This record gives sequence, C-alpha cells and structure tokens, in this order.
Amino acid sequence: MAAYALGRILALVPVLFGLSLIVFLIMALIPGDPALAILGPYATPENVARINRDLGLDRSLPVQYLSWLGNVLSGDLGRSYSLNRPVLDEVAERFSATLILAGTALLLASVLGLLAGIVSAVRQFGLADKLVTLAVLVGISLPSFWLGLLLILLFAVRWRLLPASGMYAIYGGGDLADLLRHLVLPAVTLAIVAAGVIARLTRSAMLEVLRQDFVRTARAKGLGEGRVILGHALRAAMVGVIPVIGIQAGFVLGGAVYIETVFQWPGIGRMLVDAIAKRDVLLVQGGVLVVATCYVLFNLAADLLQRLLDPRIAP
Amino acid sequence: MPEIRAALGAILLAAGLAVAAPAAAQVPDDVLVVGQIAEPASLDPAVSTATNDFRILINLYEGLVRYRPGTLEVEPALAESWTLSEDGLTYEFRLRQGVRFHDGTPLDAAAVKFNFERMLDKDHPAAATGPFPLAFFFSSVDRVEAVDPRTVRFTLKERFAPFLSNLAYPTGLLVSPAAVTKRGKEFGRNPVGTGPFRFAEWQGGQQVTVERNPDYWGDPAKLQAVVFRPVADANTRAAEMLSGGIDVMVEVPPDTLSQFRDGDGFRIHEQAGPHLWFLILNTREGPLKDRRVRQAVNYAIDKRAIAENILQGTAIPAKGPMAPAFQWAFDPTLEGYPHDPDRARALLKEAGAEGARLTFYVAEGGSGMLDPLAMGTAIQADLATVGLDVRIETYEWNTFLAHVNPGLEGKADMAEMAWMTNDPDTLPYLTLRTEAQPQNGGFNSGYYSNPELDHILERGRRSSDRAERAELYRQAQRIIVEDAPWAFVAHWKQNAVTTAAVQGFALQPSFFLLLDDVTKK
Repeated sequence: MAAYALGRILALVPVLFGLSLIVFLIMALIPGDPALAILGPYATPENVARINRDLGLDRSLPVQYLSWLGNVLSGDLGRSYSLNRPVLDEVAERFSATLILAGTALLLASVLGLLAGIVSAVRQFGLADKLVTLAVLVGISLPSFWLGLLLILLFAVRWRLLPASGMYAIYGGGDLADLLRHLVLPAVTLAIVAAGVIARLTRSAMLEVLRQDFVRTARAKGLGEGRVILGHALRAAMVGVIPVIGIQAGFVLGGAVYIETVFQWPGIGRMLVDAIAKRDVLLVQGGVLVVATCYVLFNLAADLLQRLLDPRIAP
Repeated sequence: MPEIRAALGAILLAAGLAVAAPAAAQVPDDVLVVGQIAEPASLDPAVSTATNDFRILINLYEGLVRYRPGTLEVEPALAESWTLSEDGLTYEFRLRQGVRFHDGTPLDAAAVKFNFERMLDKDHPAAATGPFPLAFFFSSVDRVEAVDPRTVRFTLKERFAPFLSNLAYPTGLLVSPAAVTKRGKEFGRNPVGTGPFRFAEWQGGQQVTVERNPDYWGDPAKLQAVVFRPVADANTRAAEMLSGGIDVMVEVPPDTLSQFRDGDGFRIHEQAGPHLWFLILNTREGPLKDRRVRQAVNYAIDKRAIAENILQGTAIPAKGPMAPAFQWAFDPTLEGYPHDPDRARALLKEAGAEGARLTFYVAEGGSGMLDPLAMGTAIQADLATVGLDVRIETYEWNTFLAHVNPGLEGKADMAEMAWMTNDPDTLPYLTLRTEAQPQNGGFNSGYYSNPELDHILERGRRSSDRAERAELYRQAQRIIVEDAPWAFVAHWKQNAVTTAAVQGFALQPSFFLLLDDVTKK
C-alpha cells in the first residue's frame, strides 16, 4: 500500500509538468498580454514594449518557460505583476481559504448525500424516497451562482440572519463562530449539486447491496435494522460511492470559482479568474499547480480509502 | 433508523448554532466601509493605473497640486505656490512647511526629486520598484532639482500646458523615499504618503484598511478609519449594501441602481466626469472614408435612447469629443448630431453608401466601457434603420485592445472605445492627431488626419494662457464634430449609493473619492 501511494505521488511529477506546459502555452496563445491589462487604453506599442521588457516578457517562450521551471524547482514561484507580491504568498493565502470552503462543502455534501441516499434506498418508492428524489433533481438542476444569490437575498438581505459575503467580519470577527457564520451560505450553495450526485449514487449502490445475500443473512442473525444498514450494507455500498466523492472533490474545487465570486470568498478560484483576465501568467501557473496537486491527492486518498474498504481491489 | 435521525439532528443543530452565533461586533460609527469593484493592484501611485486603486490612493497620498473639489481645476496641495518662467519651461514649486510622511520622514525638495526620478530615470536606484506605466505623463520633464529644502524646480524639454493637471493626477502623488528604499518592490502593499489617512492593513481578497493620520498638516480626517472591501460581483455588492455590510457602494450598475431609488435608507450620488464613450470610425478605407457616411452614422444613433434606456440615466448623450466636465474648455454652443434618421438616409444616398456593410468591434466589458454589448447592439439596430448592414464582432476586453490599438485597417470599420482623462489636451492629442496614428505609436486607430487640427492641438499644449487654450479647444471641438472621425455617444455619470447615515460625501469630476470630510451619524 505504501509503495502504491508513493508510486502514485511520483506519477504526479510528470502530470504537473505537462499541466504547467499546457497552461503556459494557453496563456501564451490567447490574444492580449499583461501590458495591455496594465495600460488599458494607454497601451501604445512603445509603452507595451517597455513593460514587456520590465516583466521579462520580451524573451522567447522557451526561455520564459525554462526560467520559470528552474525557479519553481528551487521553490520560487515568481512574482505576480498584477498583485505586486510573490505568487507563493498569494497562492498560500488564497488556497487555504478555498480549502476551508471546499472542505466544508465536500463534508456537507458527503453527509447530506449519504443520508439522503440511504433514506431513499431503505424506503424505496415510499414518500421519503420520492421527496429525496425530487429534492436531488432540483438540487442538481439549480445553477449554483443563482442559488447563491437567492440565499443571499433571503438570509442576508431579507432576514439578516447571515452575512452576505466575505470570510470574516470587518470588525470584531476573526474567531471560529465568525468564520462559520460566513461559511454557511457559500458552503451550502457549493455542496448542493455534489450532494445530489452523491445521493443518487448512494441510493443505487445501496439498493443493489440491500438485495444481496449477506444482508439477508445479517437480518436472519437477528441484527437490528440500523446495524444491518449502516454496519453491513453501507460499508459494501461505500466501495462504489467513495471514488465518486473523490471526483466530486474536483467539481467542488471547480465550482468554488463561481461561489467565491458570488460570495466574495477570498479563495484561489476568484484569484485565478482575475489572474487570467489580467494575463498574469505566473500567478495562473502557481495557482493551477497547487489546485492540480490537490485534486490528484484527493483522488489518491479516495483510491486508498476504497482499497481499505475492499481488499479485493488489486494493487 | 435512530442513527440517521441523530445524524440529521446533529446537522440541523450545527446549522442552527452557526446562524445563532452572536453577530460579530457592529462596525463603529466612525469607521466607513466602502464597497469597491475589485481589489487594488497596487497602492504605489507610480505603479497603479486603475480608477479603482485611485479611490484609495487619493486618501493616503497628496501631490504638489490637486484638483479643487468639485472641479478639474488645479489648486495648491503640498506646494503652497509655484511660478512658471517666461519661456514656459521652468516650474518652481515652494513646498508647504513641516509636512511629514506617515513614517516621520520630511517632505522636502529631495523627496520630490526622488519621486520623479524614480519614474523617469531607468538607472535610478529605486527604478526596479516599477514598472511605471503612466510615467509618460511626465515625459516632458528634462530634470528635477532640489534648489533648497523647500524649493523644487522642474525644467521641461518643451512647453507642456497639461503639466500641472498631470501633477494633480494620481501618478503625481508623492511617496516616502525612505519607505520605498526600505520596502523595495513590497512598497505597493505597504504604502507611505502624507495624506489625511495612513495605511493600516491589507488582507488579500478581503479588505484594505486605512486609519486617520493624527499628524496631518491640515484639518484631520473626521473618520477614525475607512475599510475598502472588494466585492467583484455587482449583485453581491448590492446585497451587501441592502444588508448593511457596506456604507458606500461605487460604480453601481444601472439595473442595480433602481433598487435604491425608492428606499429611504439610502442616498444616490451622481457626478458627470471627464469621460467619453464613442465609436472609432475607420477613415482610411471602406464606406466610412467618406465624411458624409461618418456624419450619417452620427445622426442615425439615438444617443438619448442609449443614455436613458440602456444606461438608465447613468450617462448623458454626447454632443462632441469633449466632456462638459472640462467646464473652461467645453463648448456649450455645440449642437452635435441630434438623432435624425432621415438626415442620415439623405447623407448616405448622397454618398452612394446605401446598404453598405460595416464590421463593428464590440467589447464585452472593460474600464469605462459601461454596457458595451447592449450599447453595441442598440447602435447596430439604429444603423439598420437607415439601411446600414452592421456585423458585430465581440471580444473580451484585453483581446479587444489587442485588436483595436494597432489600428482598424483591414479588420473593421468601427470600434467601441471609452476614455477618462484629466486635461482637455489628453484625449484629442493622443487619439486624433496625424502623428498619433498607430504606426507612430499613438492611439489614432481610425487614422483621422487633419493638419489644421494637428496645428491647433500643438498650440493648445504649448500655450500657458488658459483663455487662449480654451479658445483653441473650442475650435478643435468644432472641427472634430464637423469631420466626425468618431461617433460621439455618451458621457458617463459616475454614481455611488451611500446609507443615509453617511454625511459630507461627494463624488468628484476627477472620479476620485475624497473621504476626509465624511462622517457617519
């Protein structure tokens, strides 16, 4: 298992290398450049050339890429021209905010999705099942930015129960309660779609498992219904559900881009959108590198967990 | 399934706790929260180029001169007075006594010299704290000398009338040399100036806080602190305003503004500024090479409908190339092109351009571009009613500039554009002179060329007599309107919404946000 994990982590290196090359090329291929973003209407060829020289963008693409790569290998992600600070500082700050949001959303989605899936499988064709199926359909169909705005209007504007945006209160905030208050709306918004997907999958996996012999055996042994469902059936069903949660982790990270914009969450998704609009190549590279690493690690964790649950899966 | 019920209960309980947790302390009455459209790029005035950043900068820093509140006219700031030599080449500024930067170092002639040399001399020890995109505002400066601690002398290479106005622009705000030297490239996130507020904190993506400068040389600011919060999404910004999360909201989109008109708890502020939204017309090739067709385009566009319906009153129709905000140079007698489709049809017929096909570059957004897609579509429809077949090509702002700035030849007949400037010289000089065509490194992307206008603009920039300059710019406006190198569409009225508690708030024609007199009741 340890060797397998190590192998997977090593495989990350070529993935990240290829990814950085692709991102770099895309940024180089799309029209417009940082000088235009800085200068706006003042972008004369002369001013553009001067800024490109100052930013080192007048060098050939391979030279730019190799010098970036060399710096990355020595731990230096470069300097963001649009924020005037080291990329590493910005990315670290923003990524921790995203992890808090996406982590909470994923936890919420998993718990809600599993619960809803189990309930609707156990009560197949019952009222609970129908309600859950309807709720899941609505949840999956709602565009999350719209849902976010709706929640803001209801909870922040109309009822004034929760803050409309941001991560901490401007004054007197900064503690855990404050963070939680700010986290509720964006995390719920972000979790809804993923919860729906997980619920659907849990339902079908559970339905399949519940029909199997070992479940009947467990019931015949006289085990309580709760232990049969949670102890036996769910454990078997999770083998199919866990990889989906791993994939949902990726969607939640991606969805964070909209949610962070709507809720003004200071995360890495919003940072990347701004950085792309400003053609801040180094910031985009740094951000993508971190997000991609995290995505791969999430999936690795899901795979390892799956193995723990089902030893039959060969290494 | 008691376990499941218990789990559900736990979730509900946790959610309830989060909601019921004591609300964080209210923002005190002497702290103002401003909802901005984005996080600043830098708080170094020599580096920054965005109006969004200027709103913060102008409270942290001061220049030698400034715009008198409510106008675009220059008045003393850190310089008490100045003289201009007979030949119009040497400005000598007398500095205010006893002014200190927030770090305690004195504002003296050496500090002023440092500021301009940092931007202009690429061998300056602090030149690496750049790039300084707008340094060319001062490219007419030959040298800066500290005559004595309180006297600083600028010698220009050539006469340059907009010099004082450029000094009042944020690029001319003065930074502490000691702080720049100490912080290097990090100065933009650790700004030190002389203004009524001093920098307190910058939390990435969340807020920039400035606090009252207790040692300010003038009347101290009334607020204890101002928090600038970036709220990029316009709907969220409105929601924050409605839920009490911010006290001031700037650049309110037209659709959002209507939510606030009715409510008593809010106040709407509007102020026309030196902004022009126009179409660059390709005068080099195609149907628009003919002046009559360009005039027809101007007559065909219903500017009032655009200003009142699409922009919902957040702009006024433009009659010519100069914003009325330049009171002293604006020509109020100008009639421009009233909406007159019949006249447009007649002109098109005369020019034999009926049914001509035009390619029209439309932006998706961009600084000062208002609502470019909707406006572009409305213009397309207006031109269709006079028989012009307009094909729109849409680009994201950065890409749009990459297409438009090198010139429209071979690509398009018209392109949207917007400028905000600080002197009547700037816009026509950079965008309409023969010498400013793209091949010479200028912004004249439609290749307009009129030697008479070139001559007038050169004279206007070299004259140090304001009455003479005003007359020259009025002549220039008449020529430009007659020749119609652009379609003149709208002047933006910047706006802001404040809560009723905010007192003493006023928008400036310069688009700056002066907050030292603001209070919150």
